[in-house]
Amino acid sequence: MAKSIVQEFTKGLWEEIPPFRLVLGLCPVLAVTKSVENGIGMGLATTFVLIGSNLLVSAMRKVIPNKIRIACFIIVIATFVTVVELLMQAYTYALFLQLGIFIPLIVVNCIVLGRAEAFAFKNGIIPSLADGAGIGIGFTLALAALGAVRELLGNNSITIWSPWDLSFPMILGSSFQPFTFMVEAPGAFMCLGLMLCFMNLFEK
Amino acid sequence: MGDYLVLVISCIFVNNILLMQYLGNCPFLGTSKKIETAVGMAMAVVFVLVMAGVITWVTNKLFLVPYNLEYLKTLSFILVIASLVQFVEMFLKKSIPALYAGLGIFLPLITTNCAVFGVCIINIREEYTFFEALVSSFSYAVGFGLALILFAGVRERILLGRVPKPLQDTSIALVTAGLLSLTFFAFKGMV
Repeated sequence: MAKSIVQEFTKGLWEEIPPFRLVLGLCPVLAVTKSVENGIGMGLATTFVLIGSNLLVSAMRKVIPNKIRIACFIIVIATFVTVVELLMQAYTYALFLQLGIFIPLIVVNCIVLGRAEAFAFKNGIIPSLADGAGIGIGFTLALAALGAVRELLGNNSITIWSPWDLSFPMILGSSFQPFTFMVEAPGAFMCLGLMLCFMNLFEK
Repeated sequence: MGDYLVLVISCIFVNNILLMQYLGNCPFLGTSKKIETAVGMAMAVVFVLVMAGVITWVTNKLFLVPYNLEYLKTLSFILVIASLVQFVEMFLKKSIPALYAGLGIFLPLITTNCAVFGVCIINIREEYTFFEALVSSFSYAVGFGLALILFAGVRERILLGRVPKPLQDTSIALVTAGLLSLTFFAFKGMV
C-alpha cells in the first residue's frame, strides 16, 4: 500500500499511461491529435483539470457523502473545466478555436472522473496531487506522440507551438506525398489501434 | 421540410457522431462486444439524448442567455444531464420495469457519454432552433445506434477469426473502427 510519492507520479507515465493502459477518455485522443500542438494543448488542459479535481476531491473526501459522490465529482470537475475554458479563451485564443467543442468535453472525459473515483476519494492530498500530475503528463505525452505520427504522415510537418514559430515543415523531404487519410477520422482510429499493437509487442 | 431532411441525413451519415466527430468512443468500444448489449446501449442513448437535447436547449434559452450566464454552460448542462439520467432511471424502474430491465445498466453510463453532452453543446453552437435541435438530437442518436450496432456485428465476426497476439482486443477493435469510419467517409460531401 505504502507507495512513495514518486511512484504515484511515475506510474502515470508508463505503468498506467492513458489512453493505452487505461482505455478511457478516447474521444479527445482521437479528435485533437491532428497535430502535435493540439495534442499538447489538450493534454495540458486535461492535466490542469486532473490536478485541480484530484486535489479538491481528496481535500473534501471526508465531507462528501458516499451516495452522491459522483454528482459532487462532476460539479468539481465542471468548475475546473470552466476555469480552463475561460483561461484558454483569454490567453491562447487560436488554440481555443482549434480545440473547440473538446474543451467543454473534458468534463465527460472518463479519465478525470475515473481518477477522482478510483484514487483521490481514497487517498490523501499529496498522493492525489502526484497521481493527477502523473496521469495528466502521461496523457499529454501520449497525445503528443499520436499527434506526431499523424501530423508527420498526414501533413509532413511537426508543429509544436505556432505562436512561437516552432514548426518544422517538410521533415520527410519535399518528395514525400502525405496521406491526408491520417489526419482524418479513419486514420485516427487506425493509428491508435496500431500504436496499441506496438506497445503490446514491445512489452514482451 | 427539405431542410430537415438534409439535417437528418447529415447528422446520421455525413457527420456521424461516433465515426466522423469522434464523440462517445468509450461506450463504442466498451459495449460493442455483443450485439445485444450494443442494441441496449443504442436504445438508451436515443432515449436520453432526445430528452437531454431538448432540455439543455430550453435551459440555455430560458436561464443562461437572458442573464448572460453562457459561461456556465458546461456546469449547468452536465448537471441537467446527470439529474435527467437519474430521474429517467427512477421513473423507468417504477413505471416501466420491462424497459428498465433492458436499459438498466446502460443508463448510469450515459452521464459520462460524451456523445450526449457533445450533441447538446453542438446544438447550441450551431444556433439551432427548437425543432432543429430536436431533430438533430434524434438523428445524432440514431447515427450513434447505427454505427454501434454495425460495429458490434463486425466485432462478433472477428472473434471467430485468428488475430495476431499483439493486435488482440482493443487494438484490432480500433483498426476495425477505422475501416468502418472509412466507409462512412464516402458520405462526405453528400450534403
